[in-house]
Amino acid sequence: MVENQRWLDIFAHVILILGVATVAFPVYIAVIASTHTSAAFMSGTIPLLPSTHAPASYGDVLAGGVAAQMSVPISLMLFNSMIMALLIATGKIVISIISAFAIVYFRFPFRVLAFWLIFITLMLPVEVRIVPTFAVIADLGMLNSYAGLTVPLMASATATFLFRQVFLTIPDEMMEAARIDGAGPMKFFRDILLPLSQTNIAALFVILFIYGWNQYLWPLLITTDSGYYTIVAGIKRMADVVESEPLWNYIMAVTVLAMLPPVAVVIFMQRLFVKGLVDSEK
Amino acid sequence: MQTKRTIFGNKGLPYLLLAPQLAITAIFFLWPAGQAVRQSFLREDAFGLSTTFVGLRNYRALFDNPEYLDALQVTVIFSIATVILSLSIALIMALAVDRMLRSAGTYTTLLIWPYAVAPAVAGILWWFIFNPAIGILPFVLEQTLGYDWNHNLTGRDAMILVIIAAVWKQISYNFLFFLAGLQSIPTSLREAAAIDGAGPFKRFWTITLPLLSPTTFFLLVVNVVFTLFDTFAIIDATTGGGPAQATNILVYKVYDDGFVGLNLGSSAAQSVILMMIVMVLTFIQFRYVERKVTY
Repeated sequence: MVENQRWLDIFAHVILILGVATVAFPVYIAVIASTHTSAAFMSGTIPLLPSTHAPASYGDVLAGGVAAQMSVPISLMLFNSMIMALLIATGKIVISIISAFAIVYFRFPFRVLAFWLIFITLMLPVEVRIVPTFAVIADLGMLNSYAGLTVPLMASATATFLFRQVFLTIPDEMMEAARIDGAGPMKFFRDILLPLSQTNIAALFVILFIYGWNQYLWPLLITTDSGYYTIVAGIKRMADVVESEPLWNYIMAVTVLAMLPPVAVVIFMQRLFVKGLVDSEK
Repeated sequence: MQTKRTIFGNKGLPYLLLAPQLAITAIFFLWPAGQAVRQSFLREDAFGLSTTFVGLRNYRALFDNPEYLDALQVTVIFSIATVILSLSIALIMALAVDRMLRSAGTYTTLLIWPYAVAPAVAGILWWFIFNPAIGILPFVLEQTLGYDWNHNLTGRDAMILVIIAAVWKQISYNFLFFLAGLQSIPTSLREAAAIDGAGPFKRFWTITLPLLSPTTFFLLVVNVVFTLFDTFAIIDATTGGGPAQATNILVYKVYDDGFVGLNLGSSAAQSVILMMIVMVLTFIQFRYVERKVTY
């Protein structure tokens, strides 16, 4: 702060409180809605004050069997989402870190070509090439499987570039010392590179976990068997019920459950999250 | 391209290390993209029995198709509105937080968590609040302005709904980068201007905003990419492109024509056009990043 201007401070506080309230408003409404019974949504407007039926709403959706379209227990969807997010995050990191290692610490024919091939993935978001990609998955028989949900999303140019940057900043002397001591490439990778990039791995993991958890279009197409539904993609299937019955309390309970894990990650690992976000955009 | 001064001599190992990444890239990225390009030059009959080469006809048909031009217009309006709103709101928040000494951390935490909310979930949240029958905001609009909100019938209402959801989702990201940008501006510059008699608004326009321009430009590109592609989930979870195509953005149309309409040639041509748009945007982004590194 440059100078003390009381009115500007007060003004800034007002703006921020309004901003925080606006940002929180939809989630507040969702939480409140999940504490009511379905009857509260028959007429009038959405309730603004909590009621006492939260245990019933959450218990019912977690166990499943509320209505035909909601028959899949949400606990199963949460489990599927967790598996998907963890597999995507881990897979992306493993695949990218070894690619970056190969690109930085070796010189071999087609090295630059490999780098550009990885770069190209940046330009091909899944939404853009969705129809032919779906055909590939179908031909490989990967529909309705965890492999189909995760493997196609594991290539990551961003993560590879990030680790390349990290490795380039590690002093050459490290590697020379390791070689003099007789360490082979994999021993050097395991005992020196991995420990040195620990924080970067953790920060990237946080971002990729959120990325994996929030996948929508891909799981929607790949899973037709309800045993593989993920929660973010599942919500849409449920929201369609509302046209016939006002089951808003259940839908909002599912919505709250769907955002709880990633939001908790951001709030409790804020430092890593911010680092990951800034790192991965360089 | 940069490597280390000394390197490992192994011949086979680097290929082995790169194999998983390249295999996934080839099977799930390059091959489908190639298929899209190939398909965009073909026309398939209704039963998928025969295909004929039609050259650029799929592309020409697109630009003669009023529906596609409509989708193009919808995309432009949606992108511009979302980008401008989310950038300016985020900048105001970041400027306010930058003034705070003790409460900056708390405000930051309270503003960044929507990043973690999936676009589809953000869409559902606002869809509920704007529900024409029981939603709280349509009720308020009715009472105060006498406006009859219905995003199931009125195209403009549906557009406003998806813009609000997209902006709400994107503010946290822009806010974080603006705040980081503001904090990297040396205080001495602003102090010097203050001593010379520049008030807070003058300082903002002549010092802060110009020094933030690299951040703003970077965010501009990232946000355009977000509105073009990541908003698919918001559209699909709420309006489904309707009513009457009013929110049918390009990326949604690719999906709709390909999976629902089963018009593979046209869908593929649209894919190729979108790929070209991403390529241009990526190119701009990386050129800019190069510049940032040198200066």
